[in-house]
Amino acid sequence: MLTKRIIACLDVDAGRVVKGVQFVDIIDAGDPAELAHRHAEAGADEIVLLDITATHQGRGTLIDTVKRTARQIFVPFTVGGGIRTADDAAAVFDAGADKVSINSAAIARPDLIEEIGSRFGAQAVIVAIDARRAKESSDPVKDAEVFVSGGRKPTGRKVVEWAREAEQRGAGEILLTSMDSDGTRSGFDCELTAMVSEAVQIPVIASGGAGNAEHFADILLAGKADAALAASIFHFGIADVRELKQEIARRGVPVRLPC
Amino acid sequence: MIAVVDYKAGNLTSVMKALHAVKAEVMATSDPEVVLSAEKIVLPGVGHFAATEFLARHGLKAAIEERVKAGAPFLGICVGLQWLFEGSTESPETAGLGAFQGKCERFAPGMKVPHVGWNSIEVEPSRLFEGVAFGSFVYYTHSYRAPLTNGTVAVTDYGVPFTAAVERDNVMGVQFHPEKSGEAGLRILRNFVEL
Repeated sequence: MLTKRIIACLDVDAGRVVKGVQFVDIIDAGDPAELAHRHAEAGADEIVLLDITATHQGRGTLIDTVKRTARQIFVPFTVGGGIRTADDAAAVFDAGADKVSINSAAIARPDLIEEIGSRFGAQAVIVAIDARRAKESSDPVKDAEVFVSGGRKPTGRKVVEWAREAEQRGAGEILLTSMDSDGTRSGFDCELTAMVSEAVQIPVIASGGAGNAEHFADILLAGKADAALAASIFHFGIADVRELKQEIARRGVPVRLPC
Repeated sequence: MIAVVDYKAGNLTSVMKALHAVKAEVMATSDPEVVLSAEKIVLPGVGHFAATEFLARHGLKAAIEERVKAGAPFLGICVGLQWLFEGSTESPETAGLGAFQGKCERFAPGMKVPHVGWNSIEVEPSRLFEGVAFGSFVYYTHSYRAPLTNGTVAVTDYGVPFTAAVERDNVMGVQFHPEKSGEAGLRILRNFVEL
């Protein structure tokens, strides 16, 4: 049976993890390679590394970080942040990534999805969507809007339409972040995620709002997400991915439990 | 030495890295001469079935056939497994090797495609799955599936049961990505390396 995935996300700036998944028993939680390895050992189904500043001068550091991180893990490894061209993607793949996540650059130039997909396969392209409910609308979920530039800039595009276009252009997966839920620790946006998941045939990864194990069970069952991405939750009472998976397995979610 | 065939489909980095991790001596190559002198051959690949046309055009298909006939162990991964069959509806004009009967087909509508994530394998006794537990989880990402055939040694269910792995004498293939399947995947690669 196909299991639901728990994805550990590391936010990286200048080669160090600045927030995101950390372990209570590591004093230096800042090394992405070390953390990625620990998460994979604890049962994370995938690792995502997000370059949160994505500055031009930081690219060399990022490639080096990706190389060091990839060396230690044998589960799928996604890199996002600052990928604007197929050549940017190629450099990240060469360094050992299996997938890239593209966001603002795909909105600015949707052909980028095809360009990367045709060179590296659809499975290698995740289109990340930062979504905000349309508060003024009579149907805030259906009319939810896409934001770019780290959530600062509205695009005027509806989330469902953009998700469908990304699919048609050959995206392999959608990474949907609810900006309304992000950072609240009060749960994922199940309604929005379920709507997007039903609108496309490709897998949807939910992000934003994780606070406890129940939230994961909710988004993976009621929210129809194929995967859920965890960042800072491990600061708040859940020791690691293993414990989280055991908890959500008890709630009836099919997961891969590490031995 | 294990020749990892580079046919410009996707990237080889992960497969090379995982083979290194199980102490294999590997060489990535597009040169038929290197394939002809290899002890073992690995054909990786993610992407489109049509990419395998590169193999026939560059003399690699003939080199692989010759080495396989001489008994060299062969492992196809993902599209590399599909290539062992007669063909795929993804690219009807592209011929596979035909070592196993049947054609690969797209997953039927109603399921999310691509099939992405960790799914379980029902394994039969085989050299490739020595020490790998029935029901182990492995990582998949693919839109086309190989049919069940008389060489099928592992089955996965996604809407329908499909071939997760084949093994007949020295010819083997896996639809999933052992290089991305944690400990279970490394064990399978080690089994191949130690044949």
